[in-house]
Amino acid sequence: MTREEIIKPENLVYRRTPVLTDNIMHYCPGCGHGTIHRLIAEVIEEMGIQDKTIGISPVGCSVLAYNYFDVDFVEAAHGRAPACGTAIKRLNPDKYVFTYQGDGDLAAIGTAETIHACNRGENITMIFVNNAIYGMTGGQMAPTTLLGMKTATCPYGRTVEANGYPLKITELIAQLPGTYYVTRQAVFTPAHVRKCKKAIRQAFENQNLKKGVSFVEVVSNCNSNWKMTATKANQWLEENMLPFYPLGDLKTPEK
Amino acid sequence: MAKELKLMKGNEAIAESAIRAGVDGYFGYPITPQSEVLEHLMIENPVEKTGMVVLQAESETASINMVYAGAACGKKVMTSSSSPGISLMQEGLSYIAGAELPAVVVNVVRGGPGLGTIQPSQADYFQTTKGGGHGDYRLITLAPASVQEMYDFVQLAFDLAFKYRNPAIILSDGMIGQVMEKVVIDDYKPRWTDEYIAKTFPWAAVGKPASRNHNIITSLELDSAKQEQININIQKKYKVCEEKEVRYEMINCEDAEYLFVAYGSSARICQKTIELARAEGIKVGLFRPITLWPFPSKQLKEAAKNVKGILSVEMNAGQMIEDVKLATECRVKAEHFGRYGGMIPDPNEILVALKKQIM
Amino acid sequence: MTEEIIIAGFGGQGVLSMGKILAYSGVMQDKEVSWMPSYGPEMRGGTSNVTVIISDERISSPRINQFDTAIILNQQSMDKFLNTVKPGGLLIYDPNGITEHPTRKDINIYQVPASEEAAKIGIMKLFNMIVLGGFLKIKPIVKPEFIRKGLEKSLPERHHHLIPENEKAIETGKNILKPINVL
Repeated sequence: MTREEIIKPENLVYRRTPVLTDNIMHYCPGCGHGTIHRLIAEVIEEMGIQDKTIGISPVGCSVLAYNYFDVDFVEAAHGRAPACGTAIKRLNPDKYVFTYQGDGDLAAIGTAETIHACNRGENITMIFVNNAIYGMTGGQMAPTTLLGMKTATCPYGRTVEANGYPLKITELIAQLPGTYYVTRQAVFTPAHVRKCKKAIRQAFENQNLKKGVSFVEVVSNCNSNWKMTATKANQWLEENMLPFYPLGDLKTPEK
Repeated sequence: MAKELKLMKGNEAIAESAIRAGVDGYFGYPITPQSEVLEHLMIENPVEKTGMVVLQAESETASINMVYAGAACGKKVMTSSSSPGISLMQEGLSYIAGAELPAVVVNVVRGGPGLGTIQPSQADYFQTTKGGGHGDYRLITLAPASVQEMYDFVQLAFDLAFKYRNPAIILSDGMIGQVMEKVVIDDYKPRWTDEYIAKTFPWAAVGKPASRNHNIITSLELDSAKQEQININIQKKYKVCEEKEVRYEMINCEDAEYLFVAYGSSARICQKTIELARAEGIKVGLFRPITLWPFPSKQLKEAAKNVKGILSVEMNAGQMIEDVKLATECRVKAEHFGRYGGMIPDPNEILVALKKQIM
Repeated sequence: MTEEIIIAGFGGQGVLSMGKILAYSGVMQDKEVSWMPSYGPEMRGGTSNVTVIISDERISSPRINQFDTAIILNQQSMDKFLNTVKPGGLLIYDPNGITEHPTRKDINIYQVPASEEAAKIGIMKLFNMIVLGGFLKIKPIVKPEFIRKGLEKSLPERHHHLIPENEKAIETGKNILKPINVL
């Protein structure tokens, strides 16, 4: 069989969605960002909304997310993505608007913007990637860092006395009447990836209903700054992150 | 429709002008002495008149970032605040300048530093014209001296902001914000359509059609060589702006032996002092910069050629005087007279200062 | 003609709105006007004042320190503004609550017992229009027909049925004004 004979549409089992660009991602091997990007891009492709989508990237590891999505993108200042999303959606109500933020961006410096965008019930999709650490700046403590977890700025482990508690921002915003759909997902196994994609799709489709924020937390890893192999990091995630950040829907239209 | 005449506060004129100029969005947070801007917009409910979006944000930080993102979509968006709020907005202003976006900001200045006072001041001159936020950027700065100019400068600020893809700021103060004067107002201008925006501003993030590459609005460039080039381009733009956009006014300068240099409220008070001075036979005129950046340096140098001395009258401890001295290359005696912390100079004390410091 | 006026009293006495009606009437009569209030916490029940300038020419400064006319409605304002009246200028005050009456001999002083009169009518809100009437008696710088237009422009439409009452109060003010001779 020649190469040409193999490359036929009927033999296609997987292709990269054209909503992702050809740019090589800068993420570490094993990082969850690449997978999450792909899921969002696939949802945009499947919904046929590439020309109607405006994304907002944060400050953090995914600061360059705009290089990887082939949609119009706005790079926000640190923590301000929900404010940006608010304005873009209100000025362009027929567009699909999503923010993509990490834990430091969404739950530390941008807490006010997060809570108020959620409380106002902006009709946007918020993707929140929680890996319990600051990745881009080199592994400092995040608001979601677990107790006992060691980071560059809590080198002996996070303690309540010194650093307070890990912040369950997703539980917090689920209480707000302005959120319509709040869920916590993960991407460390193929089954979780499939489930996560369904949640993201739901979160985008909800924008048609104009009923408020759809919020998807994705519990992810940071093998580089957790100082583990990718496999070990996924195992650590399952054993340590998930008991504190349990997966599942926190708020659905039915509940 | 015939032009309409209204008695309005400066702050209300800003709001009314925004609606009538076809502005798409206003995002703001209450602060004295400019809360009437947001209040007037809420009363007028422009979403029903022109489709203009008005939102009370959770902070000035949020409002300036809403402006940033709205501008990223090619929309005409603005905010207003007063000094402490404008300090909070410096981050956003730097990003807007860095991403080369058009936006309009109004600062109804009050006395500082810190919480300071709610009374009028011009102590934000340095912050506005010399930087404020991080990085090499400038704000196109318009200084209105009447309620009519508050009204007119909203449209002018948008014209300049879009022409240079740079934030423009209207630097007012509590006096011009709170005073009521006659204003001639225009008819409602329609807002730009989405089609017009997509065609006219090909850089805008409006949703990517198949026919073009995706638009990215960012101020980030990690490659220093490229970042330097971005800076060079911005500086080139500023040079053009300095050449073309200088605005100023000269009053009673024809026979003047002495010159006041003053902007905004101070310029109004100086006009009263000129009345008093001329009644005493003192030939004094006023040079009023309307653009504070670009500063009318050449024009001031020319105006100062035949005078014996200049008094820079400011409601601060001496800020614009630096630009006055640079413009005149220190060839003419130039001194500063100021009241600050919310105090407004009285026309008589300015006359006394002129006699004591300059004559 | 340029008339520079300070109106000062307690917050809630209608100081700002009296100034606004006068200024708007000036606009309707095609004059140049400016209305510069004190603002901030002062507005909330403390003392309140507004500078109104009406002129045939372009107005220089909206904030000034000497006035052709001072309209004074409480003792604090008397203390603050009595000496800002230009020699030969006009002072109109409501004697209600005034403990130290003015004794300047170089200005023209009038009393307008507006609080008393408003209480008689039974509508305290007309107080400021009675005071305005007193002023217009001495300085008819705006014609009555433009005062009416000024009222229409300054009052919200739901209060337009009160305009005749306001006009009557202005007339009352003109009638009760009395000159004070400082001995």
